[in-house]
Amino acid sequence: MAPPRKRRPGFSRKAQLQIFTGYLLAFTGAFAGLLLLALSYFDPTAFSAVRSMTAEVTAPPARLFTGMRVGVQDGWREVAAYFEAGSKNAALQREAERNRIRLIEARALKQENRELRRLLGLIKQVGRPVATARLINSTASSSRRYATLDVGSRQGVQRGQPVRAQRGLIGRVLETGPNTSRVLLLSDAENVVPVRRARDGIVAFSQGRGDGRVDLKLIDIGVNPFKVGDVMVTSGNGGIYPPNVPVAIIEKLTTDGAIGKLLANPAGTDFVIVQEMYEPELADPEASGLPPANSAPAAPLSAPRKPARAGTDAAPAAASTAPSAASSETAAPTPGEPPQ
Amino acid sequence: MNAPYRARLNREPSAFRKAAVPIASVLAGSLTPLLPIVASAPVLPPFGLVILICWQILRPGLWPVWAGVPFGMIDDIISGQPVGSAVLLWSIILIALDLIEQRYIWRNYWQDWFIAAACLIFAIAGGLAINNFLVNDTRLSVLYPQMILAIFTYPLVLRLVARLDHIRLKR
Repeated sequence: MAPPRKRRPGFSRKAQLQIFTGYLLAFTGAFAGLLLLALSYFDPTAFSAVRSMTAEVTAPPARLFTGMRVGVQDGWREVAAYFEAGSKNAALQREAERNRIRLIEARALKQENRELRRLLGLIKQVGRPVATARLINSTASSSRRYATLDVGSRQGVQRGQPVRAQRGLIGRVLETGPNTSRVLLLSDAENVVPVRRARDGIVAFSQGRGDGRVDLKLIDIGVNPFKVGDVMVTSGNGGIYPPNVPVAIIEKLTTDGAIGKLLANPAGTDFVIVQEMYEPELADPEASGLPPANSAPAAPLSAPRKPARAGTDAAPAAASTAPSAASSETAAPTPGEPPQ
Repeated sequence: MNAPYRARLNREPSAFRKAAVPIASVLAGSLTPLLPIVASAPVLPPFGLVILICWQILRPGLWPVWAGVPFGMIDDIISGQPVGSAVLLWSIILIALDLIEQRYIWRNYWQDWFIAAACLIFAIAGGLAINNFLVNDTRLSVLYPQMILAIFTYPLVLRLVARLDHIRLKR
């Protein structure tokens, strides 16, 4: 073992002072840490420049490593596919038969849906893809859930844009650098997404739990209608996230909602798509007979209705308060209806 | 004197290597979140801190007490924690380790492991507490796997650090 260190290193004034200064610096440093935390509390973007610079610098090796990882994963999948090839082939063929019939039904429904939408004057604004990229790393040792994307503002990525994979939603862009950007993953506790049940449109909120799962909280308080295995998709309410992107599948019921497992596992996805921010709006208000959505400034919620106005044109006034909510309400459930 | 023997006698380890190896190892540990792991839960132990603690336990007095400030700052920028959290937590841990070193001089391996485990749990839970204070609540149970992994990483990292110490003091 090491020899015992004396608290007082002899009579040397210099040595004594050195120890004292060390402690002073350490306590000052700890206090500085507190101050920095206060700064990040009041201004969360205070250090984004330093962070994005670090991400930029470290991106090229990370890209290389990600390429290698994906290569190894793909290779392993190819090898694994050779086992069970025969039985899998048969099962897939049966499934393809079934799917072919469903596809025809779905096509008919889609056509019908389009007709109905045209009647309503609504268009489904699907977020145009901005960029396709890979997630190169994530904050694997922190309790916050961020990931780094290898595209940035130079490729047109902007703050707030939703990020999705083929299987479902991943998160949204939080900070952008020139060639990298930070994504707030769905499982982060700060990420709240309005969702609805794909089957019947029961509205809920999804909030991350920090462990790859989400809490699904009902908006209506009452009997818990969720069942294990229900699929939740985004509702598109409030913008940002386009509607009907799969989010989670319910794994466990709780007293006030459910716990859902994310459908798109960020670790398992190869490429993700950055989409434009979704802004719900009525494309052609006249076609639906409703007044335009933003013709009059929205009245504050607490303001009382004016009786004179309500008497003359009650119906349009009532309709004009709710078109943005109604548009997504009426638009959303139709495509989610199961083909019978 | 015989010239060939001069090179082998009375040699000193390179001063640069002596200083650089511990610093570089802690920084390398802090860089682990840059590995291409896209995790949906916190799983990776805080390697920078584990290596820092290992050096301190293996070579008491190697770090000045304030070493947690610069290392913590770099770790914060990379790890995704709010900047300042590791500065605060690592400083507290280094001060505590220094006090332990003065008070309990003769310790065995298991006691060292226990001390390191306590420090790691403090750091991981403290990081969560800071996050929960800044945004909103994540449950502590999310961190149990990370804590267990970090505690069992300690002996392995200690071995690695001992090996690095050999390299550091090689003449």
